Amino acid sequence: MDIVVENLTKIYGIQRAVDNISFRVNTGEVLGFLGPNGAGKTTTMKAITTYLVPNQGDVKVGKYSIHEQPEEIKKRIGYLPESNPLYHEMPVIDYLKFVGELQGISSAKIKEKIREMVIVCGLEGEKHKKIGELSKGYRQRVGLAQALIHDPEVLILDEPTSGLDPNQIVEIRELIKKIGRQKTVILSSHILAEVEATCDRIMIINKGKIVADGTPEDLRKQAQGKEILKVTIEDGQLDDIYDKLRKLPSVEMVDILVKNKNVFEVQSKRSESSRRSIFNLCVQNKWILTELSATETKLEDIFRELTHS
Amino acid sequence: MRQIWIISKRELQSFFDSLTAYIMLVAFLGFSGLFTWLYGSDIFFTKQASLQAFFGVSYWTLFFFIPALTMRQFAEENKTGTIELLLTRPVNDWQVIFGKFLATLLLIAIALAFTLPYYITVASLGNIDHGATIMGYLGLIFISATYISIGLFASSISNNQIVGFLLGLAIGILFHFVFGFLATAAGGFMSEVLYYLSLGAHFESVSRGVIDSKDIIYFLSIIFLSLVGTEAILQKNRI
Repeated sequence: MDIVVENLTKIYGIQRAVDNISFRVNTGEVLGFLGPNGAGKTTTMKAITTYLVPNQGDVKVGKYSIHEQPEEIKKRIGYLPESNPLYHEMPVIDYLKFVGELQGISSAKIKEKIREMVIVCGLEGEKHKKIGELSKGYRQRVGLAQALIHDPEVLILDEPTSGLDPNQIVEIRELIKKIGRQKTVILSSHILAEVEATCDRIMIINKGKIVADGTPEDLRKQAQGKEILKVTIEDGQLDDIYDKLRKLPSVEMVDILVKNKNVFEVQSKRSESSRRSIFNLCVQNKWILTELSATETKLEDIFRELTHS
Repeated sequence: MRQIWIISKRELQSFFDSLTAYIMLVAFLGFSGLFTWLYGSDIFFTKQASLQAFFGVSYWTLFFFIPALTMRQFAEENKTGTIELLLTRPVNDWQVIFGKFLATLLLIAIALAFTLPYYITVASLGNIDHGATIMGYLGLIFISATYISIGLFASSISNNQIVGFLLGLAIGILFHFVFGFLATAAGGFMSEVLYYLSLGAHFESVSRGVIDSKDIIYFLSIIFLSLVGTEAILQKNRI
């Protein structure tokens, strides 16, 4: 089920939390929402779940619009809000039953569904406890279980791994990936590694606007553009090497990183590579090339660059 | 209807899980029992086979108890954010409101059902007016429904339970005393309007066994206005 967001705008007071955003998520896609706090991630997600009414624009889930058929959307969506609100006085099983019933699961199937969720989300030992007695990680699992119980076609997860320990994070990521093959998933996070590990596509939003959109590789290329090499050369004079590197036709800029060890950073001209010419240069001058590695632009850098105010 | 019932079941369960229901039942039966049988203008004092004393006491106890039951129903959900999860399920605002309304009304009905032995006992003591007694119970149900809807409205306004309780009580006092008091103070046409707005006057006529369409319309319009107000606040919270 595709999600189409059209010119979505949400204004709080004078602040535009979401400013005329449009995008589309296709079935089977896992979209990661990235952005600093207050960028508009949660607001956008709430609008998709029909909870928030936008000032302008529309969201279509499949063929249903949030303005026209919110009930149809609600049946097909699984939602885990950011703060993971739950009824603390209810036992896990009772809560899942309540949610399942509200989502219209027939009473014949509901027991089986609850059992399935308890297994999938690893709640076996905790299922009879009251939610308020659970640790944060287990509550997060209950949050996921309630979002998944009716087998929704669309999943909206607002910071799904917050509060989990590293093992649980890996488990949940695997789970999301597995689920994401047949469903449309939007998840938000401010942990870049997480988005990179789970999502097919990343969208960075800042101050209510989309500032980048693409696969993790796309984004890297987009920000990179130029090749950056780290070069270490032994058996040569620093100044001599520096001059000769700069004179290479494909090289745009050379930086000395470590003086006494002859470590340089070489930036090539756009869409050119200097690797071969650096190697040949060393051979000609009988220098020993001990390191030649491409510095990858990190997603962190892209993120910082795009969202820096 | 199914969704309303699912929500009601959960609300009712939570009344019993949190002991609120037991405390309410014990306190209600204690108070009403005390004033019906043992103290003040009780049955043995008036020497009449009627439940008038019971209805009078219930009218007051429910006035205090119902805001205490309804105060958390929306305030708690607003505070913890569970309202968001509830409203992103395939339910609409009205189903949520009616679900909560019905749960509280059922709890009151359970409490009133426990007083049926009073009825049976009094009936065996003398010649009870069955019509008036049934009307009295009906009146209490109407009064409760009115308090509940006011309470739900008060609870939806803030995310603080105490505010919900006090506001519910304050609106109750307005209908209980203030309008009646003003009615005696004001004269002429205003007096009649204020008298009509006063809850006590309507309950009195119902508990005497006279059920008038005027009273029914009065109760239903307060219920209607309060619930519409609640819905408006739920709407406002998501804009």
